[in-house]
Amino acid sequence: MRSPLRPIGEAFWSVRWPLAALALLLAFNAAFTPGFFALEVRDGRLFGVLVDILNHGSRVAIVALGMTLVIATGGVDLSVGAVVAISGAVAATLVAQHGAPWPLAMGAALAVSLIAGVWNGVLVTVMRLQPIVATLILMVAGRGVAQLITDGLIITFESPPLAYLGNGSLLGLPVPVAMLAGAFVAFGLVSRRTTLGLFIESIGDNPPAARLAGVPDRLVVLLVYAVCGLCAGAAGLIDCSYIKAADANNAGQLLELDAILAVVLGGTSLAGGRFLLFGSVIGAMIMQTLTKTLYMQNVSADIAPAPKAIAVILVCLLQSPVVRERVRRMRGGGGA
Amino acid sequence: MATAVVLVGVFAAGAFRYPHFASWAVVRNLFVDNAFLGIAAVGATFVILSGGIDLSVGSVMAFAATLIASLVERHGMHPALAMSVALLAGLGFGALQGALIRGFRLPPFLVTLAGLFFARGAAFAVHPQSIGIRHPFVAQTLNDTLSLRFHLGAKIMTIPCTVFLLLATFGAAWVALRHTRFGRSVYAIGDDEHAAGLMGLPVARTQVGVYAVSGLCSALAGVAFTLYQQSGDPAACKGLELDAIAAVVIGGTLLTGGVGSVLGTLLGVLILGLIQTLIAFQGDLSSWWTRIAVGALVLLFLGLHRGVEGLARRAAAGPDGRG
Repeated sequence: MRSPLRPIGEAFWSVRWPLAALALLLAFNAAFTPGFFALEVRDGRLFGVLVDILNHGSRVAIVALGMTLVIATGGVDLSVGAVVAISGAVAATLVAQHGAPWPLAMGAALAVSLIAGVWNGVLVTVMRLQPIVATLILMVAGRGVAQLITDGLIITFESPPLAYLGNGSLLGLPVPVAMLAGAFVAFGLVSRRTTLGLFIESIGDNPPAARLAGVPDRLVVLLVYAVCGLCAGAAGLIDCSYIKAADANNAGQLLELDAILAVVLGGTSLAGGRFLLFGSVIGAMIMQTLTKTLYMQNVSADIAPAPKAIAVILVCLLQSPVVRERVRRMRGGGGA
Repeated sequence: MATAVVLVGVFAAGAFRYPHFASWAVVRNLFVDNAFLGIAAVGATFVILSGGIDLSVGSVMAFAATLIASLVERHGMHPALAMSVALLAGLGFGALQGALIRGFRLPPFLVTLAGLFFARGAAFAVHPQSIGIRHPFVAQTLNDTLSLRFHLGAKIMTIPCTVFLLLATFGAAWVALRHTRFGRSVYAIGDDEHAAGLMGLPVARTQVGVYAVSGLCSALAGVAFTLYQQSGDPAACKGLELDAIAAVVIGGTLLTGGVGSVLGTLLGVLILGLIQTLIAFQGDLSSWWTRIAVGALVLLFLGLHRGVEGLARRAAAGPDGRG
């Protein structure tokens, strides 16, 4: 009989390298960044740098979860940043300018994001465009759509329930963390307890073989892009909730990069196939910790992308088949 | 073909709707305002023809512009020398990206995405704010003496040197793609990399070369942007790579590589510029309509490409209709 703890152990073992990287980053901060691990309780919730990383990292991680599935099918979604902007614009405009109740505003924002995801999926599956190109269209046009919704203005709103998403706390932790936990459990259950996860991996591994084996490949790919859009929409709600405003021009700017990099750092191959949801969450936290570390080392927010880019290229080099082959040869042909 | 039709159509629509649209001033501004985009799009054409993609264009432009402005204004370097340094930096950066893509078989979009991050950060590291250039060489020699003046009736029309830079870049790219071994190899690799390798073409060298050309073109576009704005701004040209790619796609180059021409790209750039002019003429439309229109046009042309590809495949499959 399988021990119920075994899958959890396996999950941790499969992400040992990302975890090691995260531990290394935290160790660096323990040594060089004063006050990095300081935590305090105020008004029944935790405050501190780590909590801040968890809070903002969760937003990236939610997008990264959707992105993981897309990448596992051998695709990529460049439009998530634009969808974040659209989702925030819809929610803020409905609440602030049309006096809509908050559940309607949130529902509408998520519905629009879902439609955006379906649009991407249709372009990929029906028009058979390359995923990079298909999602590039929404990446270009989506921000225009968001600005169209807000009329180019920054829409501020006063809605306690909507502001709660980004600023409230649940069990002492910021709300996005709880949202991430919910999304992670849902993704984990659906992808490991149903055949959907297997379908996704088989499509990413070998599309013709998956089709011949009877996998409904178009439907699955369409679904995956739709889910990715929905995740971006949820992140968009968090994003506009942080600042209690929708800024169509800047919301989710460069988020697609952070999300893709989180997935890659987490150990999911960009070529598709096997995917690691837990790895992507860790990857998102690595990205956020790296960003925060740079800020606390007095690197300006404008310059911070440069060292991030170097870190990412290094990780990709380590993962590349060429380097792995060379390492294997150095070990004398044995080992993994 | 379709590109030329759209270009003429858009221009005719503008001329029909707005009384002053069909004038030399509009045509002149079309070239002047889009010179830097056109130069960047030339580089993107090389990369896309070879089957790759370069997302670092806008950041490299901003880096080049900031580097030039900083070297000239804060370190007292002569602008000509500063521009050469920037061009070399762009070339080197592009070659490095190409080497990573080729040498380690990394996906082009990932490497150039990291390049986008890096160049943008590097631009801010050079100087965190926009720097105006007041060096007389830039203001007078390049922007004044090297410009052509026409007398059109009562008005004088000036064509700045960036337009000649644009046309020269397109001319050079056309010759390079049509009449050199490098250009032939670019098409062959875009068509079928494996076959090109079997034919004995220098696949590795060409692939690295393509990204080097793109880096050089981005830096040159940065130079044109510096001349156009007379300043170097590290935050400039965000998202310009998408416009460049859009221009290439609208220009009829297949994103899968192997088919297309730099002439089409020039037309694509002009269409993008015309759309902006139209929206400016309309007056009550906001600038974000440009983005939506560009997205729609790209989608339209991708659909056309798909249709043509499908027809070609059916024709190649023969009467029994396989494929």
